Amino acid sequence: MPAMTKKSIALIVLIIGAMVIPFIIQNEYWLHILTLSFIWSIAVYGLNILAGYTGYLSLAHAGFFAIGAYALGLLTVKAGLNYWVALILACIITSGIGLLIGLVALRTREHFFAIYTLCVGYVIYLVIDKWDSLTGGVRGLIGIPAPSNIGPISFQSAISQYYLILFFLLATVVVMYRIVHSLTGRTFIAIRNSEELAQTIGISTMKNKLTVFVLSTFFAGLAGALYASFIRFIGPDIGYTTIIFDLLTYLLVGGIGTLAGPVVGTILIVSVSQSLQFLQDYRMLIFGPMLTLIIIFYPRGIVGMVSEWKMKWFNKKKKAPAETWKSTYSDSEDVREDKVKEG
Amino acid sequence: MLKLAGLSVKYGSFTAIEKVDIEVNEGELVVLLGANGAGKSTVFKAISGIEKWSDGDILFNGSSIKKKSPDRIVKAGIVQCAEGRELFGGMTVYENLVMGAYVHRRKKAQVKKSLGHVYDLFPILQEKKDSAAGALSGGQQQMLAIGRSLMSQPKLLLLDEPSIGLAPLIVEQMFEVIQKINEEGTTVLLAEQNANAALKIADRGYVFESGSIVVEGSSNELFTNDSVRKAYIGA
Ligand SMILES: Nc1ncnc2c1ncn2[C@@H]1O[C@H](COP(=O)(O)OP(=O)(O)OP(=O)(O)O)[C@@H](O)[C@H]1O
Ligand SMILES: [Mg+2]
Repeated sequence: MPAMTKKSIALIVLIIGAMVIPFIIQNEYWLHILTLSFIWSIAVYGLNILAGYTGYLSLAHAGFFAIGAYALGLLTVKAGLNYWVALILACIITSGIGLLIGLVALRTREHFFAIYTLCVGYVIYLVIDKWDSLTGGVRGLIGIPAPSNIGPISFQSAISQYYLILFFLLATVVVMYRIVHSLTGRTFIAIRNSEELAQTIGISTMKNKLTVFVLSTFFAGLAGALYASFIRFIGPDIGYTTIIFDLLTYLLVGGIGTLAGPVVGTILIVSVSQSLQFLQDYRMLIFGPMLTLIIIFYPRGIVGMVSEWKMKWFNKKKKAPAETWKSTYSDSEDVREDKVKEG
Repeated sequence: MLKLAGLSVKYGSFTAIEKVDIEVNEGELVVLLGANGAGKSTVFKAISGIEKWSDGDILFNGSSIKKKSPDRIVKAGIVQCAEGRELFGGMTVYENLVMGAYVHRRKKAQVKKSLGHVYDLFPILQEKKDSAAGALSGGQQQMLAIGRSLMSQPKLLLLDEPSIGLAPLIVEQMFEVIQKINEEGTTVLLAEQNANAALKIADRGYVFESGSIVVEGSSNELFTNDSVRKAYIGA
Protein backbone atom coordinates (compact mmCIF):
# COMPACT_ATOMS: atom_id res chain seq x y z
CA MET A 1 0.00 0.00 0.00
CA PRO A 2 2.62 2.62 0.82
CA ALA A 3 4.19 1.98 -2.58
CA MET A 4 0.84 2.63 -4.16
CA THR A 5 0.34 5.99 -2.47
CA LYS A 6 3.92 6.93 -3.25
CA LYS A 7 3.14 6.25 -6.85
CA SER A 8 -0.05 8.27 -6.88
CA ILE A 9 1.75 11.18 -5.20
CA ALA A 10 4.38 11.09 -7.92
CA LEU A 11 1.63 11.03 -10.50
CA ILE A 12 -0.19 13.99 -8.99
CA VAL A 13 3.05 15.95 -8.84
CA LEU A 14 3.64 15.20 -12.51
CA ILE A 15 0.15 16.29 -13.49
CA ILE A 16 0.42 19.51 -11.50
CA GLY A 17 3.82 20.02 -13.09
CA ALA A 18 2.27 19.67 -16.53
CA MET A 19 -0.45 22.15 -15.52
CA VAL A 20 1.91 24.89 -14.40
CA ILE A 21 4.44 24.47 -17.18
CA PRO A 22 2.87 27.16 -19.41
CA PHE A 23 3.47 29.70 -16.60
CA ILE A 24 7.05 28.59 -16.10
CA ILE A 25 8.40 28.39 -19.61
CA GLN A 26 6.55 31.45 -20.94
CA ASN A 27 8.00 30.70 -24.33
CA GLU A 28 5.52 30.17 -27.14
CA TYR A 29 7.94 28.12 -29.17
CA TRP A 30 8.65 25.57 -26.44
CA LEU A 31 5.03 25.41 -25.48
CA HIS A 32 4.30 24.61 -29.12
CA ILE A 33 6.92 21.83 -29.13
CA LEU A 34 5.57 20.38 -25.91
CA THR A 35 1.99 20.41 -27.19
CA LEU A 36 3.15 18.74 -30.37
CA SER A 37 4.93 16.01 -28.44
CA PHE A 38 1.75 15.37 -26.44
CA ILE A 39 -0.05 14.81 -29.73
CA TRP A 40 2.61 12.41 -30.95
CA SER A 41 2.49 10.65 -27.56
CA ILE A 42 -1.18 9.83 -28.08
CA ALA A 43 -0.33 8.17 -31.39
CA VAL A 44 2.55 6.30 -29.75
CA TYR A 45 0.18 5.02 -27.05
CA GLY A 46 -1.95 3.61 -29.84
CA LEU A 47 1.09 1.90 -31.30
CA ASN A 48 2.16 0.64 -27.88
CA ILE A 49 -1.03 -1.21 -26.99
CA LEU A 50 -0.71 -3.09 -30.27
CA ALA A 51 3.03 -3.58 -30.72
CA GLY A 52 4.08 -3.48 -27.07
CA TYR A 53 1.35 -5.44 -25.35
CA THR A 54 0.01 -7.69 -28.09
CA GLY A 55 3.22 -8.17 -30.08
CA TYR A 56 1.98 -6.99 -33.48
CA LEU A 57 4.27 -4.36 -34.91
CA SER A 58 2.15 -2.19 -37.19
CA LEU A 59 3.99 0.09 -39.59
CA ALA A 60 0.73 1.49 -40.97
CA HIS A 61 0.10 3.85 -38.11
CA ALA A 62 1.46 6.97 -39.76
CA GLY A 63 -1.19 6.24 -42.36
CA PHE A 64 -3.92 6.06 -39.72
CA PHE A 65 -2.61 9.26 -38.17
CA ALA A 66 -2.97 10.90 -41.58
CA ILE A 67 -6.46 9.47 -42.06
CA GLY A 68 -7.52 11.03 -38.76
CA ALA A 69 -5.94 14.35 -39.72
CA TYR A 70 -7.49 14.44 -43.18
CA ALA A 71 -10.87 13.27 -41.93
CA LEU A 72 -10.97 16.17 -39.49
CA GLY A 73 -9.61 18.59 -42.04
CA LEU A 74 -12.09 17.64 -44.76
CA LEU A 75 -15.07 17.44 -42.45
CA THR A 76 -14.46 20.92 -41.09
CA VAL A 77 -13.09 22.70 -44.15
CA LYS A 78 -15.09 21.08 -46.95
CA ALA A 79 -18.19 19.78 -45.17
CA GLY A 80 -18.31 22.67 -42.73
CA LEU A 81 -19.12 20.46 -39.73
CA ASN A 82 -18.78 21.58 -36.15
CA TYR A 83 -15.28 20.87 -34.84
CA TRP A 84 -16.30 18.46 -32.09
CA VAL A 85 -18.61 16.49 -34.33
CA ALA A 86 -15.80 16.29 -36.88
CA LEU A 87 -13.36 15.15 -34.20
CA ILE A 88 -15.60 12.28 -33.14
CA LEU A 89 -16.29 11.33 -36.76
CA ALA A 90 -12.59 11.45 -37.59
CA CYS A 91 -11.87 8.89 -34.86
CA ILE A 92 -14.75 6.69 -36.01
CA ILE A 93 -13.66 6.85 -39.65
CA THR A 94 -10.08 5.97 -38.77
CA SER A 95 -11.13 3.00 -36.64
CA GLY A 96 -13.57 1.86 -39.32
CA ILE A 97 -10.80 1.79 -41.91
CA GLY A 98 -8.63 0.16 -39.22
CA LEU A 99 -11.21 -2.59 -38.84
CA LEU A 100 -11.21 -3.35 -42.55
CA ILE A 101 -7.43 -3.34 -42.81
CA GLY A 102 -7.08 -5.34 -39.59
CA LEU A 103 -9.34 -8.09 -40.93
CA VAL A 104 -6.80 -8.75 -43.66
CA ALA A 105 -3.53 -7.75 -41.99
CA LEU A 106 -4.07 -9.86 -38.87
CA ARG A 107 -4.02 -13.01 -40.93
CA THR A 108 -0.28 -12.50 -41.11
CA ARG A 109 2.20 -12.57 -38.26
CA GLU A 110 5.52 -11.19 -37.11
CA HIS A 111 7.67 -9.79 -39.92
CA PHE A 112 5.00 -10.56 -42.50
CA PHE A 113 2.60 -8.43 -40.51
CA ALA A 114 5.19 -5.65 -40.27
CA ILE A 115 5.90 -5.73 -44.00
CA TYR A 116 2.23 -5.95 -44.91
CA THR A 117 1.31 -2.98 -42.73
CA LEU A 118 4.31 -1.05 -44.07
CA CYS A 119 2.80 -1.44 -47.53
CA VAL A 120 -0.66 -0.47 -46.28
CA GLY A 121 0.80 2.68 -44.73
CA TYR A 122 2.49 3.58 -47.98
CA VAL A 123 -0.70 3.00 -49.95
CA ILE A 124 -2.58 5.33 -47.61
CA TYR A 125 0.08 7.96 -48.20
CA LEU A 126 -0.18 7.51 -51.96
CA VAL A 127 -3.97 7.78 -51.92
CA ILE A 128 -3.78 11.05 -49.99
CA ASP A 129 -1.02 12.35 -52.22
CA LYS A 130 -2.69 11.48 -55.53
CA TRP A 131 -6.38 12.03 -54.79
CA ASP A 132 -6.14 15.65 -55.68
CA SER A 133 -9.83 16.48 -55.92
CA LEU A 134 -10.50 15.33 -52.37
CA THR A 135 -7.33 15.98 -50.42
CA GLY A 136 -5.75 18.78 -52.36
CA GLY A 137 -2.79 16.50 -53.14
CA VAL A 138 0.67 17.90 -52.55
CA ARG A 139 -0.73 21.37 -51.94
CA GLY A 140 -2.30 20.05 -48.78
CA LEU A 141 -5.28 21.30 -46.87
CA ILE A 142 -5.27 24.79 -45.36
CA GLY A 143 -7.58 26.75 -43.13
CA ILE A 144 -8.42 23.97 -40.70
CA PRO A 145 -10.20 25.63 -37.78
CA ALA A 146 -9.01 25.49 -34.20
CA PRO A 147 -11.29 23.65 -31.79
CA SER A 148 -14.54 25.61 -31.46
CA ASN A 149 -15.58 27.09 -28.15
CA ILE A 150 -17.24 25.01 -25.50
CA GLY A 151 -19.52 27.48 -23.77
CA PRO A 152 -17.30 30.28 -22.49
CA ILE A 153 -14.07 28.30 -23.06
CA SER A 154 -12.19 29.30 -26.19
CA PHE A 155 -9.29 27.38 -27.69
CA GLN A 156 -7.70 30.14 -29.73
CA SER A 157 -4.66 30.79 -27.57
CA ALA A 158 -1.59 28.56 -27.42
CA ILE A 159 -2.08 27.97 -23.70
CA SER A 160 -5.66 26.81 -24.04
CA GLN A 161 -4.67 24.44 -26.85
CA TYR A 162 -1.92 23.12 -24.60
CA TYR A 163 -4.45 22.33 -21.88
CA LEU A 164 -6.89 20.79 -24.30
CA ILE A 165 -4.29 18.42 -25.67
CA LEU A 166 -2.94 17.70 -22.19
CA PHE A 167 -6.48 16.68 -21.33
CA PHE A 168 -6.63 14.27 -24.25
CA LEU A 169 -3.23 12.85 -23.37
CA LEU A 170 -4.27 12.24 -19.76
CA ALA A 171 -7.50 10.63 -20.93
CA THR A 172 -5.46 8.37 -23.22
CA VAL A 173 -3.15 7.37 -20.38
CA VAL A 174 -6.11 6.61 -18.11
CA VAL A 175 -7.74 4.45 -20.77
CA MET A 176 -4.46 2.61 -21.36
CA TYR A 177 -3.96 2.09 -17.64
CA ARG A 178 -7.45 0.64 -17.28
CA ILE A 179 -6.96 -1.70 -20.23
CA VAL A 180 -3.54 -2.94 -19.23
CA HIS A 181 -4.70 -3.67 -15.69
CA SER A 182 -7.76 -5.61 -16.78
CA LEU A 183 -8.36 -9.12 -18.00
CA THR A 184 -8.55 -7.70 -21.52
CA GLY A 185 -5.03 -6.33 -21.16
CA ARG A 186 -3.79 -9.64 -19.83
CA THR A 187 -5.45 -11.32 -22.79
CA PHE A 188 -3.39 -9.12 -25.11
CA ILE A 189 -0.24 -10.00 -23.18
CA ALA A 190 -1.17 -13.68 -23.37
CA ILE A 191 -1.37 -13.37 -27.15
CA ARG A 192 2.06 -11.73 -27.18
CA ASN A 193 3.45 -14.55 -24.98
CA SER A 194 2.19 -17.30 -27.25
CA GLU A 195 -0.73 -17.26 -29.58
CA GLU A 196 -1.04 -21.02 -29.58
CA LEU A 197 -1.10 -21.16 -25.80
CA ALA A 198 -3.68 -18.39 -25.72
CA GLN A 199 -5.82 -20.42 -28.09
CA THR A 200 -5.52 -23.60 -26.05
CA ILE A 201 -6.92 -21.90 -22.99
CA GLY A 202 -9.90 -20.66 -24.94
CA ILE A 203 -9.00 -17.15 -26.04
CA SER A 204 -10.40 -16.16 -29.41
CA THR A 205 -7.19 -14.67 -30.69
CA MET A 206 -8.60 -13.17 -33.88
CA LYS A 207 -11.34 -11.30 -32.05
CA ASN A 208 -8.91 -9.92 -29.50
CA LYS A 209 -6.32 -8.96 -32.07
CA LEU A 210 -8.94 -7.16 -34.09
CA THR A 211 -10.15 -5.32 -31.00
CA VAL A 212 -6.69 -4.12 -30.13
CA PHE A 213 -5.90 -3.20 -33.73
CA VAL A 214 -9.03 -1.07 -34.02
CA LEU A 215 -8.33 0.48 -30.64
CA SER A 216 -4.81 1.40 -31.65
CA THR A 217 -5.96 2.98 -34.92
CA PHE A 218 -8.53 4.94 -32.92
CA PHE A 219 -5.74 6.61 -30.96
CA ALA A 220 -3.65 7.17 -34.08
CA GLY A 221 -6.70 8.84 -35.64
CA LEU A 222 -7.36 10.96 -32.56
CA ALA A 223 -3.76 12.15 -32.56
CA GLY A 224 -3.99 12.95 -36.26
CA ALA A 225 -7.20 14.93 -35.83
CA LEU A 226 -5.71 16.91 -32.94
CA TYR A 227 -2.61 17.56 -35.01
CA ALA A 228 -4.69 18.93 -37.89
CA SER A 229 -6.51 21.43 -35.71
CA PHE A 230 -3.36 22.38 -33.86
CA ILE A 231 -1.13 23.03 -36.87
CA ARG A 232 -4.14 24.17 -38.99
CA PHE A 233 -2.45 22.90 -42.13
CA ILE A 234 -1.81 19.34 -43.29
CA GLY A 235 0.02 17.83 -46.24
CA PRO A 236 0.41 14.23 -47.42
CA ASP A 237 3.83 14.01 -45.79
CA ILE A 238 2.25 13.49 -42.33
CA GLY A 239 1.38 10.01 -43.57
CA TYR A 240 4.79 9.32 -45.03
CA THR A 241 6.74 6.24 -44.01
CA THR A 242 9.41 8.18 -42.12
CA ILE A 243 6.78 9.28 -39.59
CA ILE A 244 6.09 5.73 -38.45
CA PHE A 245 9.78 5.20 -37.86
CA ASP A 246 9.84 8.38 -35.78
CA LEU A 247 6.93 7.06 -33.71
CA LEU A 248 8.67 3.72 -33.34
CA THR A 249 11.85 5.44 -32.17
CA TYR A 250 9.90 7.35 -29.51
CA LEU A 251 8.32 4.10 -28.34
CA LEU A 252 11.54 2.10 -28.26
CA VAL A 253 13.51 4.79 -26.47
CA GLY A 254 10.75 5.43 -23.94
CA GLY A 255 9.99 1.75 -23.37
CA ILE A 256 7.86 -0.55 -25.46
CA GLY A 257 5.22 -2.42 -23.48
CA THR A 258 5.35 0.01 -20.55
CA LEU A 259 2.74 2.53 -19.55
CA ALA A 260 4.99 5.56 -19.21
CA GLY A 261 7.21 4.71 -22.19
CA PRO A 262 5.31 6.50 -24.95
CA VAL A 263 5.13 9.89 -23.25
CA VAL A 264 8.67 9.70 -21.85
CA GLY A 265 10.22 8.71 -25.17
CA THR A 266 8.27 11.18 -27.24
CA ILE A 267 8.89 14.24 -25.08
CA LEU A 268 12.56 13.36 -24.74
CA ILE A 269 13.30 12.75 -28.39
CA VAL A 270 11.16 15.57 -29.71
CA SER A 271 12.71 18.14 -27.39
CA VAL A 272 16.27 16.89 -27.81
CA SER A 273 15.85 16.86 -31.55
CA GLN A 274 14.52 20.44 -31.42
CA SER A 275 17.50 21.56 -29.36
CA LEU A 276 19.86 20.00 -31.84
CA GLN A 277 18.16 21.52 -34.85
CA PHE A 278 21.33 23.33 -35.89
CA LEU A 279 22.82 19.93 -36.72
CA GLN A 280 20.08 19.33 -39.31
CA ASP A 281 19.99 15.74 -40.54
CA TYR A 282 23.29 14.97 -38.83
CA ARG A 283 21.17 14.62 -35.69
CA MET A 284 20.60 11.07 -36.83
CA LEU A 285 24.28 10.41 -36.14
CA ILE A 286 23.39 10.90 -32.49
CA PHE A 287 19.98 9.21 -32.46
CA GLY A 288 21.01 6.14 -34.43
CA PRO A 289 23.71 4.93 -32.04
CA MET A 290 21.66 6.03 -29.01
CA LEU A 291 18.71 3.96 -30.16
CA THR A 292 20.91 0.94 -30.84
CA LEU A 293 22.53 1.12 -27.42
CA ILE A 294 19.21 1.43 -25.64
CA ILE A 295 17.73 -1.52 -27.47
CA ILE A 296 20.76 -3.69 -26.75
CA PHE A 297 21.07 -2.86 -23.07
CA TYR A 298 17.52 -1.92 -22.14
CA PRO A 299 14.96 -3.61 -24.36
CA ARG A 300 12.27 -1.86 -22.35
CA GLY A 301 13.74 1.55 -22.96
CA ILE A 302 14.28 4.30 -20.44
CA VAL A 303 11.28 3.27 -18.36
CA GLY A 304 12.59 -0.30 -18.18
CA MET A 305 16.03 1.01 -17.26
CA VAL A 306 14.68 3.12 -14.42
CA SER A 307 12.57 0.31 -12.98
CA GLU A 308 15.54 -2.04 -13.17
CA TRP A 309 17.68 0.44 -11.24
CA LYS A 310 14.91 0.94 -8.74
CA MET A 311 14.63 -2.80 -8.28
CA LYS A 312 18.36 -3.21 -7.70
CA TRP A 313 18.40 -0.39 -5.20
CA PHE A 314 15.35 -1.80 -3.49
CA ASN A 315 16.90 -5.26 -3.29
CA LYS A 316 20.11 -3.95 -1.83
CA LYS A 317 18.24 -2.04 0.80
CA LYS A 318 15.78 -4.74 1.75
CA LYS A 319 18.17 -7.64 1.15
CA ALA A 320 15.43 -9.61 -0.50
CA PRO A 321 17.09 -11.81 -3.09
CA ALA A 322 13.72 -13.37 -3.89
CA GLU A 323 12.86 -10.20 -5.71
CA THR A 324 15.62 -10.41 -8.26
CA TRP A 325 13.75 -12.69 -10.63
CA LYS A 326 11.42 -9.83 -11.36
CA SER A 327 13.75 -7.91 -13.58
CA THR A 328 14.79 -11.01 -15.47
CA TYR A 329 11.65 -13.10 -15.68
CA SER A 330 8.95 -10.55 -15.74
CA ASP A 331 7.48 -9.85 -19.10
CA SER A 332 5.56 -6.83 -18.09
CA GLU A 333 6.18 -4.37 -15.36
CA ASP A 334 2.66 -3.21 -15.36
CA VAL A 335 0.81 -6.45 -15.02
CA ARG A 336 2.92 -7.42 -12.08
CA GLU A 337 1.95 -4.45 -10.00
CA ASP A 338 -1.69 -5.14 -10.32
CA LYS A 339 -1.55 -8.41 -8.44
CA VAL A 340 -0.87 -6.49 -5.24
CA LYS A 341 -4.36 -5.08 -5.36
CA GLU A 342 -6.19 -8.21 -6.44
CA GLY A 343 -4.40 -10.98 -4.65
CA MET B 1 -17.60 -39.03 -25.45
CA LEU B 2 -14.64 -38.52 -27.79
CA LYS B 3 -14.17 -40.46 -30.96
CA LEU B 4 -11.35 -40.18 -33.50
CA ALA B 5 -12.37 -41.94 -36.68
CA GLY B 6 -9.69 -42.65 -39.26
CA LEU B 7 -7.90 -39.43 -38.40
CA SER B 8 -4.89 -38.39 -40.46
CA VAL B 9 -2.88 -35.23 -39.89
CA LYS B 10 -0.25 -33.88 -42.24
CA TYR B 11 2.46 -31.26 -41.80
CA GLY B 12 2.89 -30.18 -45.39
CA SER B 13 3.58 -33.38 -47.26
CA PHE B 14 4.70 -35.29 -44.15
CA THR B 15 2.00 -37.49 -42.68
CA ALA B 16 2.45 -37.29 -38.90
CA ILE B 17 -0.47 -39.54 -37.98
CA GLU B 18 -2.36 -41.86 -40.26
CA LYS B 19 -5.83 -43.38 -39.94
CA VAL B 20 -6.00 -43.33 -36.18
CA ASP B 21 -9.07 -44.61 -34.33
CA ILE B 22 -9.39 -43.73 -30.69
CA GLU B 23 -12.39 -43.78 -28.42
CA VAL B 24 -12.69 -42.29 -24.96
CA ASN B 25 -15.80 -42.92 -22.89
CA GLU B 26 -17.18 -40.64 -20.26
CA GLY B 27 -15.40 -40.95 -16.92
CA GLU B 28 -12.46 -42.94 -18.30
CA LEU B 29 -8.76 -42.30 -17.95
CA VAL B 30 -7.14 -43.31 -21.22
CA VAL B 31 -3.43 -43.20 -21.96
CA LEU B 32 -1.60 -42.75 -25.26
CA LEU B 33 1.83 -44.32 -25.12
CA GLY B 34 4.52 -43.64 -27.67
CA ALA B 35 8.16 -42.73 -28.06
CA ASN B 36 9.41 -39.30 -29.12
CA GLY B 37 7.94 -38.28 -32.42
CA ALA B 38 5.28 -40.98 -32.43
CA GLY B 39 2.53 -38.41 -32.92
CA LYS B 40 0.93 -38.00 -29.49
CA SER B 41 1.07 -34.23 -29.43
CA THR B 42 -0.19 -34.08 -32.99
CA VAL B 43 -3.32 -35.97 -31.94
CA PHE B 44 -3.82 -33.51 -29.08
CA LYS B 45 -3.35 -30.51 -31.31
CA ALA B 46 -5.92 -31.88 -33.73
CA ILE B 47 -8.43 -32.42 -30.92
CA SER B 48 -7.94 -28.89 -29.60
CA GLY B 49 -8.41 -27.42 -33.05
CA ILE B 50 -4.90 -26.01 -33.38
CA GLU B 51 -3.81 -28.36 -36.16
CA LYS B 52 -6.23 -28.90 -39.01
CA TRP B 53 -6.53 -32.43 -40.34
CA SER B 54 -6.87 -33.82 -43.83
CA ASP B 55 -8.80 -37.06 -43.44
CA GLY B 56 -11.15 -38.61 -40.96
CA ASP B 57 -13.09 -36.89 -38.25
CA ILE B 58 -13.19 -36.11 -34.55
CA LEU B 59 -16.52 -36.39 -32.78
CA PHE B 60 -17.21 -34.95 -29.35
CA ASN B 61 -20.47 -36.13 -27.83
CA GLY B 62 -21.56 -37.23 -31.26
CA SER B 63 -20.89 -34.08 -33.27
CA SER B 64 -17.90 -33.22 -35.42
CA ILE B 65 -15.54 -30.54 -34.16
CA LYS B 66 -13.86 -30.09 -37.53
CA LYS B 67 -15.24 -26.61 -38.08
CA LYS B 68 -14.85 -25.41 -34.51
CA SER B 69 -12.22 -22.86 -33.60
CA PRO B 70 -9.91 -23.65 -30.63
CA ASP B 71 -11.78 -21.30 -28.29
CA ARG B 72 -15.13 -22.87 -29.12
CA ILE B 73 -13.67 -26.30 -28.44
CA VAL B 74 -12.62 -25.11 -24.99
CA LYS B 75 -16.13 -23.75 -24.47
CA ALA B 76 -17.54 -27.10 -25.51
CA GLY B 77 -15.55 -28.73 -22.71
CA ILE B 78 -12.26 -30.01 -24.11
CA VAL B 79 -9.10 -28.42 -22.81
CA GLN B 80 -5.50 -29.28 -23.48
CA CYS B 81 -2.64 -28.95 -21.06
CA ALA B 82 0.13 -28.75 -23.63
CA GLU B 83 3.51 -30.37 -23.25
CA GLY B 84 6.41 -28.39 -21.85
CA ARG B 85 4.28 -26.68 -19.18
CA GLU B 86 3.92 -23.44 -21.04
CA LEU B 87 2.91 -20.58 -18.75
CA PHE B 88 2.54 -16.83 -18.92
CA GLY B 89 5.88 -16.24 -17.27
CA GLY B 90 5.44 -12.58 -16.39
CA MET B 91 2.07 -13.10 -14.76
CA THR B 92 1.56 -14.34 -11.24
CA VAL B 93 0.31 -17.80 -10.35
CA TYR B 94 -3.08 -16.29 -9.55
CA GLU B 95 -3.23 -14.42 -12.84
CA ASN B 96 -2.31 -17.54 -14.78
CA LEU B 97 -5.14 -19.41 -13.13
CA VAL B 98 -7.63 -16.65 -13.82
CA MET B 99 -6.55 -16.64 -17.47
CA GLY B 100 -7.40 -20.35 -17.52
CA ALA B 101 -11.00 -19.49 -16.71
CA TYR B 102 -11.16 -17.14 -19.70
CA VAL B 103 -14.19 -18.82 -21.24
CA HIS B 104 -16.09 -18.32 -17.97
CA ARG B 105 -14.78 -14.80 -17.36
CA ARG B 106 -18.23 -13.32 -16.84
CA LYS B 107 -19.23 -15.86 -14.19
CA LYS B 108 -17.26 -14.52 -11.25
CA ALA B 109 -18.70 -16.94 -8.69
CA GLN B 110 -17.84 -19.92 -10.85
CA VAL B 111 -14.28 -18.71 -11.36
CA LYS B 112 -13.89 -18.34 -7.63
CA LYS B 113 -15.19 -21.84 -7.06
CA SER B 114 -12.82 -23.38 -9.61
CA LEU B 115 -9.99 -21.45 -8.04
CA GLY B 116 -10.83 -22.97 -4.65
CA HIS B 117 -10.93 -26.40 -6.24
CA VAL B 118 -7.52 -25.97 -7.86
CA TYR B 119 -6.03 -24.68 -4.60
CA ASP B 120 -7.43 -27.78 -2.87
CA LEU B 121 -5.75 -30.04 -5.40
CA PHE B 122 -2.47 -28.12 -5.36
CA PRO B 123 -2.11 -26.29 -2.02
CA ILE B 124 1.33 -25.04 -3.07
CA LEU B 125 -0.31 -22.86 -5.73
CA GLN B 126 -2.29 -21.01 -3.09
CA GLU B 127 0.87 -20.47 -1.09
CA LYS B 128 2.62 -19.09 -4.17
CA LYS B 129 -0.33 -17.27 -5.69
CA ASP B 130 1.48 -13.94 -5.83
CA SER B 131 4.76 -15.27 -7.22
CA ALA B 132 5.53 -14.91 -10.89
CA ALA B 133 4.91 -18.14 -12.74
CA GLY B 134 8.44 -17.92 -14.15
CA ALA B 135 9.88 -18.22 -10.64
CA LEU B 136 8.30 -21.60 -9.84
CA SER B 137 10.12 -24.93 -9.81
CA GLY B 138 9.51 -27.40 -12.63
CA GLY B 139 7.02 -29.46 -10.65
CA GLN B 140 5.15 -26.40 -9.47
CA GLN B 141 4.99 -25.13 -13.03
CA GLN B 142 3.46 -28.39 -14.15
CA MET B 143 0.90 -28.16 -11.35
CA LEU B 144 0.09 -24.63 -12.41
CA ALA B 145 -0.30 -25.70 -16.02
CA ILE B 146 -2.72 -28.46 -15.01
CA GLY B 147 -4.51 -26.17 -12.58
CA ARG B 148 -4.93 -23.54 -15.25
CA SER B 149 -6.50 -26.12 -17.57
CA LEU B 150 -8.92 -27.17 -14.83
CA MET B 151 -10.04 -23.57 -14.42
CA SER B 152 -12.07 -23.90 -17.62
CA GLN B 153 -14.00 -26.75 -15.96
CA PRO B 154 -13.40 -29.23 -18.76
CA LYS B 155 -15.43 -32.36 -19.35
CA LEU B 156 -12.41 -33.84 -21.12
CA LEU B 157 -8.88 -33.00 -20.07
CA LEU B 158 -5.99 -33.68 -22.45
CA LEU B 159 -2.68 -33.96 -20.61
CA ASP B 160 0.44 -34.02 -22.77
CA GLU B 161 3.37 -35.64 -20.98
CA PRO B 162 2.86 -34.09 -17.54
CA SER B 163 5.68 -36.17 -16.03
CA ILE B 164 8.44 -35.10 -18.39
CA GLY B 165 11.56 -33.85 -16.66
CA LEU B 166 10.24 -34.25 -13.13
CA ALA B 167 11.83 -36.09 -10.20
CA PRO B 168 10.38 -39.58 -9.55
CA LEU B 169 8.76 -38.53 -6.27
CA ILE B 170 7.03 -35.58 -7.93
CA VAL B 171 5.92 -37.79 -10.81
CA GLU B 172 4.23 -40.09 -8.34
CA GLN B 173 2.39 -37.19 -6.71
CA MET B 174 1.44 -35.83 -10.10
CA PHE B 175 -0.14 -39.11 -11.13
CA GLU B 176 -2.00 -39.33 -7.85
CA VAL B 177 -3.54 -35.94 -8.52
CA ILE B 178 -4.40 -36.89 -12.09
CA GLN B 179 -6.17 -39.96 -10.78
CA LYS B 180 -8.04 -37.80 -8.29
CA ILE B 181 -9.10 -35.36 -11.01
CA ASN B 182 -10.43 -38.32 -12.98
CA GLU B 183 -12.25 -39.77 -9.97
CA GLU B 184 -13.92 -36.44 -9.37
CA GLY B 185 -15.59 -36.80 -12.74
CA THR B 186 -13.30 -35.34 -15.41
CA THR B 187 -12.56 -37.64 -18.30
CA VAL B 188 -8.82 -37.70 -18.97
CA LEU B 189 -6.78 -38.49 -22.05
CA LEU B 190 -3.12 -38.69 -21.10
CA ALA B 191 -0.08 -38.83 -23.39
CA GLU B 192 2.92 -40.40 -21.76
CA GLN B 193 6.26 -42.08 -22.27
CA ASN B 194 6.35 -43.19 -18.67
CA ALA B 195 4.25 -46.30 -19.32
CA ASN B 196 4.86 -47.80 -15.92
CA ALA B 197 3.34 -44.93 -13.99
CA ALA B 198 0.65 -44.13 -16.54
CA LEU B 199 -0.71 -47.67 -16.85
CA LYS B 200 -1.08 -47.87 -13.08
CA ILE B 201 -3.75 -45.18 -13.09
CA ALA B 202 -5.25 -45.65 -16.57
CA ASP B 203 -8.28 -47.74 -17.52
CA ARG B 204 -7.21 -48.34 -21.10
CA GLY B 205 -4.43 -47.40 -23.44
CA TYR B 206 -3.23 -47.07 -27.01
CA VAL B 207 0.32 -47.51 -28.19
CA PHE B 208 1.55 -45.26 -30.96
CA GLU B 209 4.40 -45.96 -33.31
CA SER B 210 5.35 -43.53 -36.04
CA GLY B 211 1.89 -42.15 -36.46
CA SER B 212 -0.25 -45.27 -36.16
CA ILE B 213 -1.72 -47.31 -33.35
CA VAL B 214 0.06 -50.63 -33.00
CA VAL B 215 -1.48 -52.03 -29.82
CA GLU B 216 -4.54 -51.15 -27.79
CA GLY B 217 -6.20 -52.68 -24.77
CA SER B 218 -6.93 -52.42 -21.09
CA SER B 219 -4.12 -51.32 -18.80
CA ASN B 220 -3.60 -54.86 -17.61
CA GLU B 221 -3.35 -56.20 -21.13
CA LEU B 222 -0.84 -53.55 -22.09
CA PHE B 223 1.11 -54.04 -18.92
CA THR B 224 1.58 -57.71 -19.66
CA ASN B 225 2.06 -57.27 -23.40
CA ASP B 226 5.60 -58.31 -24.30
CA SER B 227 6.33 -55.68 -26.90
CA VAL B 228 5.01 -52.92 -24.65
CA ARG B 229 7.10 -54.16 -21.75
CA LYS B 230 10.18 -54.26 -23.94
CA ALA B 231 9.73 -50.84 -25.46
CA TYR B 232 8.37 -48.79 -22.57
CA ILE B 233 8.82 -50.54 -19.30
CA GLY B 234 12.24 -52.04 -19.85
CA ALA B 235 11.63 -55.51 -18.48
N1 LIG C 1 4.96 -28.29 -36.78
C1 LIG C 1 5.47 -29.40 -37.34
N2 LIG C 1 5.89 -29.37 -38.63
C2 LIG C 1 6.40 -30.49 -39.21
N3 LIG C 1 6.51 -31.67 -38.60
C3 LIG C 1 6.10 -31.77 -37.34
C4 LIG C 1 5.56 -30.64 -36.63
N4 LIG C 1 5.24 -31.03 -35.38
C5 LIG C 1 5.55 -32.34 -35.31
N5 LIG C 1 6.07 -32.78 -36.47
C6 LIG C 1 6.49 -34.16 -36.75
O1 LIG C 1 5.39 -35.02 -36.53
C7 LIG C 1 5.80 -36.21 -35.87
C8 LIG C 1 4.97 -36.38 -34.60
O2 LIG C 1 5.30 -35.36 -33.67
P1 LIG C 1 4.60 -35.21 -32.27
O3 LIG C 1 5.06 -33.93 -31.70
O4 LIG C 1 3.16 -35.43 -32.42
O5 LIG C 1 5.25 -36.42 -31.48
P2 LIG C 1 5.11 -36.80 -29.95
O6 LIG C 1 4.62 -38.19 -29.92
O7 LIG C 1 4.33 -35.79 -29.23
O8 LIG C 1 6.61 -36.77 -29.48
P3 LIG C 1 7.22 -36.30 -28.07
O9 LIG C 1 7.08 -37.45 -27.16
O10 LIG C 1 8.65 -36.04 -28.39
O11 LIG C 1 6.49 -35.11 -27.63
C9 LIG C 1 7.29 -36.05 -35.62
O12 LIG C 1 7.97 -36.81 -36.61
C10 LIG C 1 7.56 -34.61 -35.78
O13 LIG C 1 8.83 -34.40 -36.33
MG1 LIG D 1 4.69 -34.52 -27.76
